[in-house]
Amino acid sequence: MKTPDLASGTSLAIDVKKRLGRFALDADISLPAQGVSALFGASGSGKTSLLRLIAGLDRPDAGRIALGERTLANVENKTFVPPNRRRIGVVFQEPRLFPHYRVRKNLAYGMPASARPRFDTVVGLLGIKPLLERMPGTLSGGEAQRVSIGRALLTDPELLLMDEPLSGLDGARKRELLQFIRRLVDEINIPVVYVSHDPAEITAIADHLTVLENGRILASDTLENVLLRVDLTEQLGGFDAASTLSARVTGHDADYGLTELAVDGERRLSVPLYDAPVGTRLRIRIPARDVALAVKPPEGTSYRNRLAARIEALIPLPGDNTALEAVLSLGDQRLRARLTRKSRDDMALAEGQSVTALIRSVAFDTRWHRD
Amino acid sequence: MLSAAEWDAIQLSLRIALSAVGWILLPGIAVAWLLARREFPGKALLDGVVHLPLVLPPVVIGYLLLVSMGRRGVIGQWLYDVAGIALPFTWQGAAVASGVMAFPLFVRAVRLSLEAVDPKLEAAAYTLGASRWRIFLTVTLPLSLPGLVTGTMLAFARALSEFGATITFASNIPGETRTLPLALYSLIQTPGQEAAAARLCVISVIIAMISLVASEWLARNARRRMSERDGKGAAA
Repeated sequence: MKTPDLASGTSLAIDVKKRLGRFALDADISLPAQGVSALFGASGSGKTSLLRLIAGLDRPDAGRIALGERTLANVENKTFVPPNRRRIGVVFQEPRLFPHYRVRKNLAYGMPASARPRFDTVVGLLGIKPLLERMPGTLSGGEAQRVSIGRALLTDPELLLMDEPLSGLDGARKRELLQFIRRLVDEINIPVVYVSHDPAEITAIADHLTVLENGRILASDTLENVLLRVDLTEQLGGFDAASTLSARVTGHDADYGLTELAVDGERRLSVPLYDAPVGTRLRIRIPARDVALAVKPPEGTSYRNRLAARIEALIPLPGDNTALEAVLSLGDQRLRARLTRKSRDDMALAEGQSVTALIRSVAFDTRWHRD
Repeated sequence: MLSAAEWDAIQLSLRIALSAVGWILLPGIAVAWLLARREFPGKALLDGVVHLPLVLPPVVIGYLLLVSMGRRGVIGQWLYDVAGIALPFTWQGAAVASGVMAFPLFVRAVRLSLEAVDPKLEAAAYTLGASRWRIFLTVTLPLSLPGLVTGTMLAFARALSEFGATITFASNIPGETRTLPLALYSLIQTPGQEAAAARLCVISVIIAMISLVASEWLARNARRRMSERDGKGAAA
């Protein structure tokens, strides 16, 4: 999980420099060839510039870009594959549908014969079958963006780039389309590079996170690992400090309205009834603020969820000397907890110590419904 | 109803104007595209040269054509030696002269409509695997259709009314280069032909009106097809 999938040789390796006026982009990263890799940063951080370089819409001043074995650009030996031969689909901020073609013809615009059998599947997945004979001018924003996602998918790309595809949509449409995108990734199994400045979108969709600032890469790792980077608190301020755990559904209690989850062999959680069959693997999110620590297992508390844990690290929060964050290890998973400096001193917490983590709330990551 | 000479002039006028529009179509679109979409050294110069016929007296253009494309001109001599084509004093020469005069009007109209096509759509087509040529044919050109129609009609009207460059380069030969304006001019120069001149004048007005109405209709049709699509979107 930690390093991109180098073994299969299909990761996206980028090492480029690009100057645009007074702005300079200097990026050296490798993105996994699986799941959703988010590029996150404030506007002007260079995330869209990076995306345009990957798509081939701009040429790097120096460096190279390779998708697996395939060199897409290499300034040194003057290799440059133009966008139309990169096999990379792009979904832009605006749908960019061709106004003079019906939806059906828009979808088929870049479709090779090999993708024709998938037409119905993609159309069905995106729920755009009723729109096929409409003109793009008659579509709503969400409909148009779905068509544009379908149009990019039907070119049979090896990689899909999305440049803030939800920015023009309202809350409900946004959630709906996020779910669509996540389903696509899981069902069609195509790697996605997703540009966004919205922490909520990224936590809902990304597996891998790259943080950009002023044209430089601050971090590039799995979402969990980057969100654990306390030194990036300022840049990641919009993200709720939270940990992601994987768990399995082990049973339901309809009477109390509870679902039992197993985090691993010995650690159990009970959460509000969640409609998923026993055995389903889920990803759950636990906000760091909703985790309390006890030195020994407490008696008579309403915290139903207690997990045995060991303190792996106690990290001061930059810019806030009243609080700190504890990184707990639960077997091979990690859990973050926020506590005050006073609590730490009163409880005499130290790294390596065994504690009990009390968990107040659990949120589900609907994107992980595998197996 | 019409005399043989009048018929000649009308047919000749239409043939010359249509040929003129025909030959400027492709180079005109190419030049308009270069001016609208490309940055290159000498762009301002090209822009200036294209517009010369609009600002120079037509007689000057006719003279320049004679110098370059006449039997002794650089291009003219080559054309005659290689292809056996002589342009001066032929209806083809008149078509060249009318085309040159109509060229800037056509280029201006097409350039404006090309500039109105959103380059973002072209970029999207590029990422969808389309070649530059396919992008031009399937996105750029169809979306600039209204301007193309307008430009064609403007060029046709301009070619139909061409006088100065034509009479200088192709002369005023009945049945060969005597178009409506030239025929009218000849009649006015001839004493006692006032009635015939008036008839030609009326014919000219009728042809102009027909092409004006036709152009309005075509342009409105093209615009309506576009706005219908947008309009439905606004309603939905």
